[in-house]
Amino acid sequence: MTTFAAKTVGAAIDRLDGPDKVTGAARYAFEQPVAHAAYLYIVQSTIARGHVRAIDATGARALPGVVEVITHENAPRLASTEDPELVVLQSNAVAYHGQIVAAVVAETPEVARHAAALIRVQYHEEPHDVELHAGREGLYQPDPENVGFEPDTHHGDVESALKTAAASIDVTYTTPHEHNNPMEPHATIALWEGDSLTLYDANQGPHAIRGDVATAFGLEPERVRVISPHVGGGFGSKLFTHGHVVLAAMAAKLVARPVKLALTRQQMFALVGYRTPTIQRMRLGTDNDGRLVAIAHDVTVQTSKIEESVETAAVVTRMMYAAPNRRTSHRLARLDVPTPTIMRAPGECPGVYALECAMDEMALACERDPIEFRIRNEPERDPGSGKPFSSRGLVACLREGAQRFGWQPHTAPAKRRDGNWLVGTGVASSTYPTRRRPTTASVRVNTDGTYRVQIDAIDIGTGARTALAQIAADALETPLERVRLDIADSALPRAGGAGGSMGLASWGTAIVEAANALREKLRTEFAGNVPAEGVEAYVEVGRNPLAERYSMHAFGAQFAEVRIDADTHEIRVPRLFGMFAAGRIVNAKTARSQLIGGMVMGLSMALFEETVIDKRFGHFANHDFAEYHIASNADVLDIDAAWIDEDDPYVNSMGAKGIGELGITGTASAIANALYDATGLRLRDLPLRLPFDI
Amino acid sequence: MNPFRYERARDAAEASVLLGKTPAAMLLGGGTNLVDLMRLRVAKPEALIDVSRATSDRVELLPGGGLRLGAGMRNTDAAADKTLRARYPVLSQALLSGASGQIRNLATVAGNLLQRTRCVYFQDVSKPCNKREPASGCPAREGYHRNLSILGASDACIATHPSDMAVALMALDARVRIIGAGGERLVPLAELYRLPGDEPQRDTTLQHGDVITHVEIPPLEFAKRSRYRKVRDRASFAFALVSVAGALDIRDGMVRDVRLALGGVAHMPWRARIAEEALRGRPAREDTFREAAAAELRAAQPLRDNAFKVPLAQRSIVRTLLELSAEP
Repeated sequence: MTTFAAKTVGAAIDRLDGPDKVTGAARYAFEQPVAHAAYLYIVQSTIARGHVRAIDATGARALPGVVEVITHENAPRLASTEDPELVVLQSNAVAYHGQIVAAVVAETPEVARHAAALIRVQYHEEPHDVELHAGREGLYQPDPENVGFEPDTHHGDVESALKTAAASIDVTYTTPHEHNNPMEPHATIALWEGDSLTLYDANQGPHAIRGDVATAFGLEPERVRVISPHVGGGFGSKLFTHGHVVLAAMAAKLVARPVKLALTRQQMFALVGYRTPTIQRMRLGTDNDGRLVAIAHDVTVQTSKIEESVETAAVVTRMMYAAPNRRTSHRLARLDVPTPTIMRAPGECPGVYALECAMDEMALACERDPIEFRIRNEPERDPGSGKPFSSRGLVACLREGAQRFGWQPHTAPAKRRDGNWLVGTGVASSTYPTRRRPTTASVRVNTDGTYRVQIDAIDIGTGARTALAQIAADALETPLERVRLDIADSALPRAGGAGGSMGLASWGTAIVEAANALREKLRTEFAGNVPAEGVEAYVEVGRNPLAERYSMHAFGAQFAEVRIDADTHEIRVPRLFGMFAAGRIVNAKTARSQLIGGMVMGLSMALFEETVIDKRFGHFANHDFAEYHIASNADVLDIDAAWIDEDDPYVNSMGAKGIGELGITGTASAIANALYDATGLRLRDLPLRLPFDI
Repeated sequence: MNPFRYERARDAAEASVLLGKTPAAMLLGGGTNLVDLMRLRVAKPEALIDVSRATSDRVELLPGGGLRLGAGMRNTDAAADKTLRARYPVLSQALLSGASGQIRNLATVAGNLLQRTRCVYFQDVSKPCNKREPASGCPAREGYHRNLSILGASDACIATHPSDMAVALMALDARVRIIGAGGERLVPLAELYRLPGDEPQRDTTLQHGDVITHVEIPPLEFAKRSRYRKVRDRASFAFALVSVAGALDIRDGMVRDVRLALGGVAHMPWRARIAEEALRGRPAREDTFREAAAAELRAAQPLRDNAFKVPLAQRSIVRTLLELSAEP
């Protein structure tokens, strides 16, 4: 299937938009120049359940500069209320703390914000339920139709196998609420011209936003255009359309002028998703040879009362290691909370955390070195689906990574000490599925030998713009400078978003196929000569048929050195190394950035990230960057990522596997396992905090 | 934020007069805390009197060996001052451990002292808070309080003072020079700050119209052997879980004199006088340090999620004293 000779692909090319970004010339959504714009500010509910009884906007309306106050009483009716996330101001019901209950449009952002504060909302409050804990009432099995996967799987007899296992563990891991928190807050400019709507919007895929907004307003999709030239991160929170986008369009319609909206950091905690807390029970058993006889992964997570969304944390365990007896399950609690969304390797990220810590526990429980134990339990085929792997580089990553990191095999915690530091090392596997979405693209060649590639791909800071240009250059057998690439506009050929690590694989495949089609067209219709008006080829590429035959995943091994201050219990990570197997790497520079970026997020997850819900109010109490900590530069010391050569002809035209989420999986486990190595204490709840009462 | 008037004062005396004219006026230094609070509508000043250029922005030598910092001096400049670094390393270290480089470039010395105590409920106007709205209640006591007070708190308030610089200054017996309605006066830092009691809305004892012009640090010969230890989950850009400012004078293996203050544990920088008393004249050994630290924390009243601060503060005191005693 690979039809691709890499020349530019693989090189460490600087980002094409780098100079624009560092000089401030790159304009993000909110910065797009729009004449006569008004500004929108959101009023959020201060109760978690009930309804709005009355809204007094007298003070706000009286304020000079206020254009309009929007509430459920005067908001335009939406044509579709199918997507609960987008049903904004259509009734007085309040389903979670921080829900949009009103908004102000004003001449300046300052006036809008001030006016919003003058609005008095009276509520009828009802008792709310926001607490997830194991064994709570009302846990249920999600509907596979809703969530698109089997919630439970069973092979063999896990219970019996665990009873007769030579060694076994039964442990529970938890991860807290975590928020995506991209650096650029969500922002939208809505601009109506008649029945046509243009949105400058910070998102992870303009076509998806276009479709949702068109449905909500009952418009033909062609009447909505979504433009997103530069986006400052998303981590999942910008992949799906959220209510604020609909609100901006609604407001612009109501006041009949363009409206600009940027969320504040605090607002983002309630309005654009987060990762549910997870409670993960892991049961593993081995025989006398250190081979797994059983593996069970039972997950409890939450969703909101308005929508079913499941963190598929146990899915990875179906595929990862060989064991004759297997079981996975997902149970859900419906709470009066905002709907959790996808975040940084949804499912895999918390799932791999529990699985890879459990593998460490199991290895040591049966007196095997953690690397050797993993290699011993390497499956020949995907144990869940029974399919062969298109390629599986885990063992190579473990071996090569161990050598580069200087791994010392061990079967018990080393508890080394260096001065006042307790020192340990840990290892964990990484993995993320390799998938592809149906995608379209067009390529045009001009008489001067330049090319124009058009596709509604998007670069949310990953370097996709550069990597796609490299792919196009090689597919067209032309130097990079001759390729002009247009992306991030729903007026361009349809494509899926930057999510599920599918962006480059999907977009790149369409570009390669379009280049092939162009070459063919030139040859058959124009005898190889470009006519004056140029030639264009457009392709639609469907799903990968080989995905039916092969199990496709990227793999990696991560290694951490952890130091703990013996007195203060401060945890530092002086060394973090990731060895990955992800097919062909398209841009060595941006790929490394993405991989170590993922690892930094994993470090954040291990040590810092935790949103605390206050059960009395039902709100996220620590909703800003002073209180919700992500890693600072000082926390990231010696960090590196490398990859092995991997030729996978089945995944896509480039042989490239997605790497957007691979890097975050396994990092927290490697750190937690290293902490155990240093202290002999097994901490199973994130973020890791060593108690003092020991 | 609420609409407000902006005025710039030429000097401290004028600032004091301007303040006196408007009851709801506030002074603006670097704005790194006040402007945040205005955006959140926690602070709603009718007028801002900009004093960022109204006072000295330099370090001056005082007769007798002390130093004097201009109130308008930026934190970055204060931390970098050579004399200050040589005589009071604890102060320079404390300054550099605070906030981020960008914030230190903007924040002033007086503004750092007068930043408000921190608590998430204080910063969220949709929630009750006795400090923001007296008698409305304190949700922190039963709620999110991992980084709140273990010492000197009241039923009304358990907020913590976030400044690092002020902890070092507290250990150094610094005083603030103030111009107010009654003329000029010097107030020890220990009297500038107050515990919340039943008036948590007041972080300091300043009266409306008071303007800090300088911070004066008395000479302390042994402060050249001093250090600041800040403990936090994140290695940078985080408020202290616990911090220790210490200076130690050892002669012949005995503690001749000592200065100790704690950050992150109370509504104000916490001078550890009980520990100091327990140390003076005693052998400079780990067991003495442990006893002194335990004595200081005996009065601690930890809550559900901040009890870890009690052993953490004790360990941090001991560690700081051990490191100081190991210095040449």
